[in-house]
Amino acid sequence: MTDSALRLIWIYPDLLSTYGDRGNVLVVERRARQRGLQVERVDVRSDQPVPTSGDIYLIGGGEDRPQRLAGERLRQDPGLGRAVENGAIVFAVCAGYQILGHEFIDDRGERTAGLGLLDVWSTRGEGKRNVGDIVAEPDPRLGLPTLTGFENHQGVTHLGQGVSPLAQVSVGGGNGTGEGTEGAWRDTVFGTYLHGPIMARNPLVADLLIKLALDVSALPPADNTWYDALRAERIAAAQTTT
Amino acid sequence: MSAHPDSAAPSASLNARAKLAVTAGKAAAAVSRAAGRGSGSVIGGRVALKLDPDLLRRVSEGLDVVLVSATNGKTTTTRLIAEALKAAGPVVSNALGANMPAGITSALADSGEARFGVIEVDEKYLNMVARDTNPKAIALLNLSRDQLDRSSETRMLAEKWREGLAGTEAVVIANADDPLVTWAASSCKKVIWVAAGQAYKEDAWSCPSCGGVMQRPDEEWFCPSCGFRRPQPHWALQGEFVVDPQGNPWPIRLQLPGRANLSNATSTAAVVSVFGVHPQIALQRMESVQAVAGRYESVLVNGREVRLLLAKNPAGWLETFSLIDPAPAPVVLSVNALSADGTDTSWLWDVDYERLVGHPVFVMGQRKLDLAVRLEVAGVQFQVVDSIQQAVAMAPQGRIEAIANYTAFQQLRRDVATPN
Ligand SMILES: [Zn+2]
Repeated sequence: MTDSALRLIWIYPDLLSTYGDRGNVLVVERRARQRGLQVERVDVRSDQPVPTSGDIYLIGGGEDRPQRLAGERLRQDPGLGRAVENGAIVFAVCAGYQILGHEFIDDRGERTAGLGLLDVWSTRGEGKRNVGDIVAEPDPRLGLPTLTGFENHQGVTHLGQGVSPLAQVSVGGGNGTGEGTEGAWRDTVFGTYLHGPIMARNPLVADLLIKLALDVSALPPADNTWYDALRAERIAAAQTTT
Repeated sequence: MSAHPDSAAPSASLNARAKLAVTAGKAAAAVSRAAGRGSGSVIGGRVALKLDPDLLRRVSEGLDVVLVSATNGKTTTTRLIAEALKAAGPVVSNALGANMPAGITSALADSGEARFGVIEVDEKYLNMVARDTNPKAIALLNLSRDQLDRSSETRMLAEKWREGLAGTEAVVIANADDPLVTWAASSCKKVIWVAAGQAYKEDAWSCPSCGGVMQRPDEEWFCPSCGFRRPQPHWALQGEFVVDPQGNPWPIRLQLPGRANLSNATSTAAVVSVFGVHPQIALQRMESVQAVAGRYESVLVNGREVRLLLAKNPAGWLETFSLIDPAPAPVVLSVNALSADGTDTSWLWDVDYERLVGHPVFVMGQRKLDLAVRLEVAGVQFQVVDSIQQAVAMAPQGRIEAIANYTAFQQLRRDVATPN
């Protein structure tokens, strides 16, 4: 964090905010403010340049065509890549996750280049679409509890040597490769198929991003009563439907 | 003047096979009703369609058919059009909101002496129903996100409409303020453009034609990349007036509340003008419409007035927030996530619940915990309750506004109908 305010950048709400992705922005903002932090939030539309000076960048999910448009525009904009070089945190969901990788399949069925910020690449799954509640156990190094989310994707994401899975799936599809992995991360760049939105169901993920931005190992406590109630309900619901 | 809903005999123009199908359908509907499975109109139509796949075409023969489709407001607008068109002749309509081909067939099979068939159509079935019923007019009101887990992208839906309606002989009455609707309708031969407004714009920033970023100065919208822009409207909603193509303003005095219904009334006036009904006559007839399938209905619960409001998706919630009594009117929110609602509740985060700050709020329904987190983040004071009766007992003074999504709304109607 450069000065007094946490700079939270939401990339392309006009293209990538189909699955309640605004919720991730609102929860990170709320939990930062609850800890007494000032937050400067910037919503970057797809005809605007991506600023390089953000602390946390959030990218959401979208359908196939907006995903292609977003990928095209981000490839031509050096902003996000520079921010990552500077150590900024990036958290991307679903279509946004695929864009962070080397390539994905677009709405015309063609292989399209991504940003290469994560060592992953995505293909289109042959089986049925992954739709429903998902439960996954996060990488222990992240210090997070069980993750709950909702997934809705046909894509399959393959992980290269340069990333670790974000989590191991216990209910649901995740990356869809058959190996039970969910999402990917490396240093400060994260990708996942979990929406719901993920921060609303897992507020400690929002806290993790804030801690990384502040470079601290702990934050003052925040009230988790309703989040915990929702988490318990969704984890139980996912486990009984399978 | 409307066709008798239980007119038993299929009309004379139907051939023997179609007659058998209608009769079989009616028998199935009767069984369904007897078994307590609702009105029976859907199951009746489904049996009939199975016997004669051509039936929808045949039951609509001889009717001047009007189709109404949209993400929001199609049930209410169908009702308004049906009411206004009665000025020109008897009307049959799928007033119960059974808006897929089976339900539509069932409703039209009861057409009796009707001259007009006013039909609400689910967005996904519009092309098919338009092909089979040979409509005279098609009203396209709006398109926005709905039921995320079904993954029917709004733009994709607009593209399907555009392809399916390209050759239609019908007059298309389309909302010029909605870029997706405009794009869908702009391939049609005869279009009447209505400036009916668009409150929720989050699905309309990306140009449906080329993917450019839409510019929206004031009421206008245009794409700087390809030049696609808002057409010049023939009819317009201005304040609480319908302005006709000659520029005459006609006052709207509805019993139905809210901006969305002023918009629906404007589209209705444009639709019925196709059949020669004067806007003044149309608007007078619309004044008689109160609740539509329970929406906007006020009921007494333990002596307290509760108004029942349906809001199924972000656009619907936005319109609903604009019509509720100001703070500190108590508000009850109920959300379910059954198949008919969409099983993904992420859309709650596209709704500006921040607008409820200052209202005492009570949350219920299957997904009350999703609502609780949403309201917590929005900074809204709320209490979680198990029933409408409990909410009513705890609510401070004033009329209670109860807003619910699809199955939660049905549940609410049942709950308030039961004496306690
Ligand atoms: Zn364009």
